[in-house]
Amino acid sequence: MADVQAIILYCSLFISLFFEVFLLITYLEVRGEIKLEDERSLKGIANFPTTTVIVPCFNEEATVAATIESILALDYPEDKLSLILVNDGSTDSTLKVLNSFKTNSRISVIDKKNGGKHTAVNLALEKVETELVGCLDADSFVTPLALKKIIPYFDDPKVMAVTPSIKVHEPKNILQHIQKTEYSWSIFLRRMLSSLGALYVTPGPFSIFRAQVFRDLGPYKHAHMTEDMEMAMRMQKNHYKIVNSHGAHVYTVAPATLKGLVKQRARWSYGFLNNAIDYKTLFFNRQYGHFGMFIMPIATLSLFTSLIMVGNVLTGFVEKGLNLATRFRAVGFAGKLHWPSFDWYFLNTGILPIIVITAVGLTLFILYLSLKLADGKFKLHRGIFYYLFLYTFLVPLWLIKALFDTAFKRKVSWR
Amino acid sequence: MIDSKKYLVAFIITAAIFGTAIFASNILTGKKLEDVRDIENRVALDILSSETQFSLLAETSCRDIGPGFLSKELGPLGERLSYAEDQKGFNDADVDSLKRSYFLLEIKDYLLMKQLALKCNVKSTFILYFYSSEDDRCEDCEKMGYVLTALRDKYPDLRVYSFDYDYDLGAIKTLISINKVKDRLPALIINGVPYYGFKTVEELEKNVPALKKLQTATTTPAR
Repeated sequence: MADVQAIILYCSLFISLFFEVFLLITYLEVRGEIKLEDERSLKGIANFPTTTVIVPCFNEEATVAATIESILALDYPEDKLSLILVNDGSTDSTLKVLNSFKTNSRISVIDKKNGGKHTAVNLALEKVETELVGCLDADSFVTPLALKKIIPYFDDPKVMAVTPSIKVHEPKNILQHIQKTEYSWSIFLRRMLSSLGALYVTPGPFSIFRAQVFRDLGPYKHAHMTEDMEMAMRMQKNHYKIVNSHGAHVYTVAPATLKGLVKQRARWSYGFLNNAIDYKTLFFNRQYGHFGMFIMPIATLSLFTSLIMVGNVLTGFVEKGLNLATRFRAVGFAGKLHWPSFDWYFLNTGILPIIVITAVGLTLFILYLSLKLADGKFKLHRGIFYYLFLYTFLVPLWLIKALFDTAFKRKVSWR
Repeated sequence: MIDSKKYLVAFIITAAIFGTAIFASNILTGKKLEDVRDIENRVALDILSSETQFSLLAETSCRDIGPGFLSKELGPLGERLSYAEDQKGFNDADVDSLKRSYFLLEIKDYLLMKQLALKCNVKSTFILYFYSSEDDRCEDCEKMGYVLTALRDKYPDLRVYSFDYDYDLGAIKTLISINKVKDRLPALIINGVPYYGFKTVEELEKNVPALKKLQTATTTPAR
């Protein structure tokens, strides 16, 4: 039994390490391309496509005004940008806030009965007449240059959607600081996946599509409460190109409580897993390149390998705790404390620790690259330390919930 | 189009990292076992030296026996072996062979100490500790181990000899037989008196007269 556990653990580590190495090789391949994107002049944009931004809202009275203001502040020709605000049956004063923007000729407001985010966006999509269309969740804010950074990618006629870089808006507590670092990681990951043609999510906050996508492939679906993942998978299935603009920054309000975070992440993990099941024909299908052959299988597998590795770390801590408890029951605080680490003999030089240290080293290096990519420079902040020391303990909370919900076909909720 | 070469390169690098980890771990573990072997050799030499010195006692006085008469390295050796036993990666056969030598060295040291106590009237306290490393055989052995470590820390002159009750070694079986140690673990023989079951530091200090003397010795200023 112990041998089987060890084999599973080593396989999980091998897969994780392989993925990290693969990402770094990809980074080495595309870093020139990234530099060119960073240096690209925004003054040279000759054609500004007409664009609609849809803001679906359900009980977002606290943040939606700032969201709309941020869109209105976009550095983009006014006559080329319009907004559709959709109140999805809010029970608070969201509609009142939306109506206060009605005086702006570029803004139209739709009020409908609550039906879920995908129904709100779909209703707005029916009214879209522009070349491009995007969506911005009502708890997110765009930076003024975000759209200008995205537009040049559409010079390539094959590009059907562009995703932005999402950052955490004004992190205040430990959980939000952890998420800030985690989002930087995601910025790096998405940029690499973009180069591999393997993005599997077009995030709710400010992914911009050619309106043609929805005419060709149909509207959003419920898709296990993760319509943005399903849309990306549907596009991949139909060989529609999705790219990422790491320079287009969007800020989102990250959950501030553990309950909120677990619920959000469990929904994401659950949504990914169930959408992956729905699109299982893409797996190991050469027709879908890196997306089908590598990224989707490894992203699915990583839900399980993460759990195994985190489980192993936690088991180690529990064993240490039990040993300390036994020692305490035996001698209390009596006796000298033994610090075997002063003698190299007592350093754990097994295969596992050496591999884990290497994997952690690679993770730190990728984190360094991620922070550099996200912020333009690497700056140490407390979020990095919280992330390194606490994130491991949080992951199982939502992974277990997502796997449990999937296994027992339990419905998940948005909030 | 999939660039298969990239996957191959990533695989080779990952495999190389794993290979290096296995290689490095084997080298370091080998060095650790060498370390243990070196200590065993030094302890064996210490014992041989003490035995030789002891044989000469007939021609000399007990006063010539210095404080470093008995090996000081048995304790650290035991700790290292115990660590090697608990860790994965050590070759079981190597550890077993070192453990066998360790038990024999302990018995030799114990015998030497007894002879010294008898001949030179040295007041010494030693504990023979019998445990079992078999799963579920002795739930309190781990706790007992902590107590004995704490005792040894408190009384540096106390010598603790620990033996695996179930270990297949004739000398241990003989030791068990001579001391009539029952199969009730953990078992302690303190200066010839058996104690069975888990005992706390306080219980041992309270009930074992020999330890009481040691306690007095450590609290009385040296003259």
